[in-house]
Amino acid sequence: MSTVQLQDKRALEAVWADPPGFMGWLKTVDHKRIARRYFVTALVFFALAGLLALVMRLQLARADNTLVGPDLYNQLFSLHGSAMMFLFAVPIMQAAGIFLVPLMVGTRNIAFARLNAFSYWIYLFGGLLIFVAFVLNIGPEAGWFAYVPLSGPQYSAGKRTDIWAQMITFTEAASLIVAIELVVTAFRLRAPGMLLRRIPLLVWSQVVTSFMVIFAMPAVMLASSFLISDRLVSTQFYNPAEGGDALLWQHLFWFFGHPEVYIIFIPALGMVSEIIATFAARPAFGYLALVLSLAVTGFFAFGLWVHHMFVTGLPPAGMSFFTAASLVISIPTGVQIFCWIATLATGGAIRFTTPLMFVVGFFFIFIIGGLTGVMLASVSLDSQVHDSYFVVAHFHYVLIGGAVFPLFGGFYYWFPKLTGKRLSERAGKWNFWLFFIGFNLTFFPMHILGLEGMTRRVYTYGADTGWTPLNLLATIGSAIIAVSVIVFVVNVILSLRRGAPAGANPWNGTTLEWGTSSPPPSYGFADLIYVGSRQPLKITPLAYVTGLPTRMRTSLATTLADARPDHITPDPNPSIWPLVTALAVTVLFIGSIFTPWALIWGSVPVTIALIGWFWPTEKQARDLQACEVKPEEGRAPRLVEIGP
Amino acid sequence: MNDRIRVLDVSGLQTYAYGHRSLMWWGTLGMILIESTVFALAIGSYFYLRGLSVTWPPHGAPPVLTYGTINTGVLLLSAIPNQWTKHQAERENLRGTRIGLVICLVFGAIFLAIRGFEFGALQTSWNTSAYGSIVWALLLLHTIHLVTDFIDSAVLTVLMFTGPISGRRFVDVSENTLYWWFVVLSWLFIYATIYLAPRMPP
Repeated sequence: MSTVQLQDKRALEAVWADPPGFMGWLKTVDHKRIARRYFVTALVFFALAGLLALVMRLQLARADNTLVGPDLYNQLFSLHGSAMMFLFAVPIMQAAGIFLVPLMVGTRNIAFARLNAFSYWIYLFGGLLIFVAFVLNIGPEAGWFAYVPLSGPQYSAGKRTDIWAQMITFTEAASLIVAIELVVTAFRLRAPGMLLRRIPLLVWSQVVTSFMVIFAMPAVMLASSFLISDRLVSTQFYNPAEGGDALLWQHLFWFFGHPEVYIIFIPALGMVSEIIATFAARPAFGYLALVLSLAVTGFFAFGLWVHHMFVTGLPPAGMSFFTAASLVISIPTGVQIFCWIATLATGGAIRFTTPLMFVVGFFFIFIIGGLTGVMLASVSLDSQVHDSYFVVAHFHYVLIGGAVFPLFGGFYYWFPKLTGKRLSERAGKWNFWLFFIGFNLTFFPMHILGLEGMTRRVYTYGADTGWTPLNLLATIGSAIIAVSVIVFVVNVILSLRRGAPAGANPWNGTTLEWGTSSPPPSYGFADLIYVGSRQPLKITPLAYVTGLPTRMRTSLATTLADARPDHITPDPNPSIWPLVTALAVTVLFIGSIFTPWALIWGSVPVTIALIGWFWPTEKQARDLQACEVKPEEGRAPRLVEIGP
Repeated sequence: MNDRIRVLDVSGLQTYAYGHRSLMWWGTLGMILIESTVFALAIGSYFYLRGLSVTWPPHGAPPVLTYGTINTGVLLLSAIPNQWTKHQAERENLRGTRIGLVICLVFGAIFLAIRGFEFGALQTSWNTSAYGSIVWALLLLHTIHLVTDFIDSAVLTVLMFTGPISGRRFVDVSENTLYWWFVVLSWLFIYATIYLAPRMPP
């Protein structure tokens, strides 16, 4: 006879459910709700930034067009790039981590759940700041990489660049916070039994990305802080007349900017691995090679930044090093592609669903982008096509092919888990083919335009250049992409309204997120699932973990290497303080665009908000005391059998 | 067919743990990684700018050593009460922890006061040259850490006096001392950069 019971779902729901209504919406710290928020917000920014691109394409559709003038065009491409990178690509990849990592490691919530809520709010406020600024005609104007001296006090008067620089501070702070949460969740909250070698590939990809965020994002925050202080309080960091240097900006920016590409791309690789494994009905071929490739890519990504600066006149020896590094980084990517091909080739019956189609589209487009990347690693070729449409074509092949296609695949794949509804497969195929054709029509001609000498960031071109037909083709392609995105949005809306219920595991997935209902309950899993293999759900009967206190929110902390139960750790309750703190931080950040004194007076409300955040409530204190087991009183976990 | 299920019962497990077993320790470590990267890049920028200049400092004298050196001494000395507080917290000795935290706060206050004089002794302004800008940036960056850690420790000290006291509170104290170690050790690099580098031949 055993006294052990499986966990009481009603008791769990009572402590894990958010308060009802609008206040509950503001106070939630549930990683699933916050991830959903991130998805919606990032997709809205994606659509807005896409609309900016459409306007640019319309302007370029014919020679000597006068639809938009040069000043507005500068703002269009600057905001398009900045929003796509800082407000769409990085946040949505991290949102995937916020949603999936806790579920895939089989825990109840993300580590530091209140910080998670805070990160969303400052991301949102940073994004609103720059789009509101654009509407008020003070949008960014110096490109997404804001080179000095163009972005410096001399050539970018007014507040445009200051607002851009503070948007960076907002979004990078959010992104750094999420990176820490994801690392700690993957390191310390894994379900018992999930040894390092049983961690799902997507989780590995998020861990590698998070470490890259931790080492890369500080560079752009520092660089943009130097920039804003040059502009506001006359520091001389980038002013050559007073011992400063414009190239210092480029070094700091690209020390972040190159890893940034991989920060967007590596989570996508994790998605590809999961999708391929599921639809080939076998575990991914070459698990160790795949994990090591991710880590190696993350490592090498920090040794490439100078290849963005080949035309700045750096010493040739240095350039050779960066050429070599840029060539080498294609090797781990190649390894992964061969592993995926092997998985597909040796799997069971392959199911050609929409997620897998997006993955195959990724192969095709990304490989082209990778090839032009290897070409651009050569200094002589890069010097020829630098700042031309060839580069624009290359990085759209890499970023859209490498990140957005897998992302859409991932969206179709995990949408049932996120919402409990399935997306229409038929609309999904339309979505895919329109996107695939539209994408290639838009960006392939840009290779040729670039080789013919068309430079980036020109708002128009003369009829005598003969570039009209290819530009018109690109514009037609971009319209097709727009249609494809509309198909996607309609598919999402209709499926939410009347899609087929997904059930817990619609694709026969074998990782833990498919082991709970769709959408998952507030507490994630009633009983944590014991992980006995790399495909934990394939083991029958499943073994569970039980005995976590249900009086308050708790999770099980496990050891880093072998995921043995270590201690029970309380989880934060819903709280309004993350939002209040985010508002206080927003006042400080926006205030500092106008006066440096905002750093002083603005920090007072931030401090008060943080104290409010950390001050324990009475109920919390009572619960903590009631559940407390001191280290010396703790009892080791016991293995028991229950049942009839 | 066996219908019985195997269950791992964790109900008696301890609810907090010290050091690297605590989640917050890992969170603090993540913060430290981020901040270290910021410091490293700022110091890298300093030497990058120095490499562009024939003389260093470009004009004027290097920062006066007095206050910076006194402060380095104070900071290194503060490691002793800091480590003692950590020890008291991990033994869950409330009285010792309270005393330790107050001593640490006093050290922090002295340090901040002397820091005020340090800014005055830099012998350069942030807007005269890139040298002035980066020196001010380095000192300001470190001061922000001092101030935040001071406020954070003050709140924790108040909580240790007002209660409610739970085991996790002692874990917080223990981790607070980890962060202080970072503030101390990072200062040594920044001190060497601001005060010693301009005195070295290029």
